[in-house]
Amino acid sequence: MNYDAIVIGAGMSGLAAGIRLAMFGKKVCVLEKHTIAGGLNSYYQRRIKETKEIAQFDVGLHALTNFATKGERGRPLTKMLKQLRIPYGDLNLCPQSYSVIDFPDKKLRFTNDFEFLRNEVHEKFPHQIDAFNKLVEKVVAFDELDLNAGYMSSREVLGNYLSDALLIEMILAPLLIYGSAWEKDMDFNQFVIMFKSIYLEGFSRPKGGVRTIIDKLISRFKEEGGELKFRHGVEEILTKDGKAIGVRTTKGEELFSSKIFSSAGLPETMELAKKDTSHQVGQMTFLEAICLTKRAPTKEEFEPTIVFYNNSEKYHYEGAKDFFDTRSAVVCCPNNYDPEVKDVHGCFRVTFMANYEKFKALERSAYLEKKEQAYEEALKIVKSISPSVELDVVLKDVFTPTTVERYTWKKRGTVYGSPDKIRNGKTDIDGLYVIGTDQGFLGIVGAILSGISLGNLYGLMES
Amino acid sequence: MTAEEVKQVVLDIISDVAPDEEVSDINSAESLRDQLDLDSMDFLDIVMELRKRHSVEVPSEDYPRLATLDSCVEYLTPKM
Repeated sequence: MNYDAIVIGAGMSGLAAGIRLAMFGKKVCVLEKHTIAGGLNSYYQRRIKETKEIAQFDVGLHALTNFATKGERGRPLTKMLKQLRIPYGDLNLCPQSYSVIDFPDKKLRFTNDFEFLRNEVHEKFPHQIDAFNKLVEKVVAFDELDLNAGYMSSREVLGNYLSDALLIEMILAPLLIYGSAWEKDMDFNQFVIMFKSIYLEGFSRPKGGVRTIIDKLISRFKEEGGELKFRHGVEEILTKDGKAIGVRTTKGEELFSSKIFSSAGLPETMELAKKDTSHQVGQMTFLEAICLTKRAPTKEEFEPTIVFYNNSEKYHYEGAKDFFDTRSAVVCCPNNYDPEVKDVHGCFRVTFMANYEKFKALERSAYLEKKEQAYEEALKIVKSISPSVELDVVLKDVFTPTTVERYTWKKRGTVYGSPDKIRNGKTDIDGLYVIGTDQGFLGIVGAILSGISLGNLYGLMES
Repeated sequence: MTAEEVKQVVLDIISDVAPDEEVSDINSAESLRDQLDLDSMDFLDIVMELRKRHSVEVPSEDYPRLATLDSCVEYLTPKM
C-alpha cells in the first residue's frame, strides 16, 4: 500500500500531523501500537468495586497548559485550534482555581492571571521584584519557537537576573517537572516555552479530561479522510540509499511512503530505522499514585488545583536514587478546575520522580508491594499539605516507569523523551522526521503544534 | 470569475481559516495581517485552500501579493 505520508503513533503530535496532511488531500495513515490513542497523554478505566461505577483516569499531564480565552490573539492554543479547525467551545475548558509552589518557608501561588503571580513574588521576595520583572520582559520577547536554536542553561540565564537562590528554585520547580528531559536544569528555549505556557497563560482541563481532546482529534482526522490503524506498531522503518521508503508493521505488512513522521521518540525512531545513534535516553522517569475518594474535597479541605510540593530550599530534579523520591511531589486535584463542575468523587494524583531500573528489576510481588508503599507515601503528602482533608478511598492505583514503558514503548518509560531534541525534526534519513516530545515543543499544546508545524513544513510546503 | 466573486472566495476562505475573525468589516486596501489575527500558518492555509477549492497555485514568492484584499483580487482574478 502506498501513502503520501505515514505517521508513527496516534498521540497528540501524530494525530495533529495526520489532520493537517489529510486536510489538504494527502493520503495519510497513522499507525498506533496501543489499542487507545493519546500516547503519553492518554487515559484508562477501572471499575469501582463497591459501586460498580466505571472511573476514568488521565495519564500524562495534570493540566492542559497554554490557557487562552476564546479567540485570544497570538496564543498557541488559539493557533492550534485554528490550524486543526476545531471550535474553541469543543474543548469545554475548565480553568484552574489556583496552583501553589509549596516550599518549607515560602509559598508562591499562581492563577491564569499573571499579575497574581507578580504580586506574590512582590510580596514574598520584595527585593527581587525588579529583577523578576526584567526576567519576565526577556521571556516575553524571546522567540522560543526558532527551529534552529541551540542549548542554553536556564540556571545560568536565571542567575544573571535573580540573586535569590530560593526564588530561582521555586520558579524552576513546576517548569522542570512539567517538561524537562534534562536533570537539574533545562534548556532556556524550553524554559521560555514552559514559563509562557504555565505562568503567563495558565492551566485548564477539558471537561471529561484528556479523552475529550483525543476523541476530537480522532474525529477530525477521520472527517478529513485519514486512516487510523490501532494495534499496528512499526517493526522497522524501511530505507533505501539513505531515504525513507516505508515501514513494516508488527503485523508484517509493508506500507510505502517517502515521508514518515515518527512520534516514537528520537532514540526509538533511529532504532526502528536500524541506525546506530548516540542519542541519549532520558533519565527522568516518574511514578504516579492515584486516589479516588468517596466525595470531592470541600474548599476548606483542598482548594488548589495543583501543588508543587518540595520539602527543602533546594529542588532536586533528578532521576531518583531509590525507587522514588519523596523529597518532592506534584499533587493534582482535578476536582479543582472550574468549581461549577460538580464531580461525584474526589481525586488526587500524586507524582514522584522515580527510578526505572529499580522497578524493572522487581519480581511481581515485590513490585506490588513497592507500589503500595508509594501509594502510602502519596497519601502522607496530601495529608501534610492539607491535614483536614478526608481521604475516604474508593479506588487506588499506581503507575510506574515500567507501566509507562509498557503502554507507550518509550525507552525507560521517559515521559519527556531524550535530552537530545531535534528542533527542525530532520533525521539522518531523508524523509524521516521526528515529531512530538523529541522535537522539543512541550505539553499537550506543544506536542500538537509540533505535529502541525512539521506536517506543514515537510508535508505541505515542500510538495 | 468576476472580481467581486474572487473577493467573496477569499473572504469565505478567511472565515473558514480564522473562524473567530469578523470578515465583514475588512478594509480592502489595508494589510490583512494588521486587521486580523493571521500569522504565516494561516496564510499557508489560505494558499492551500485556494489550491484545494479552486486549483489555483500560489508559489511562495507570490505570497506578498496576498497582503490586502484588493491585491488578492488583482492577483487571483486572472487565474480563476
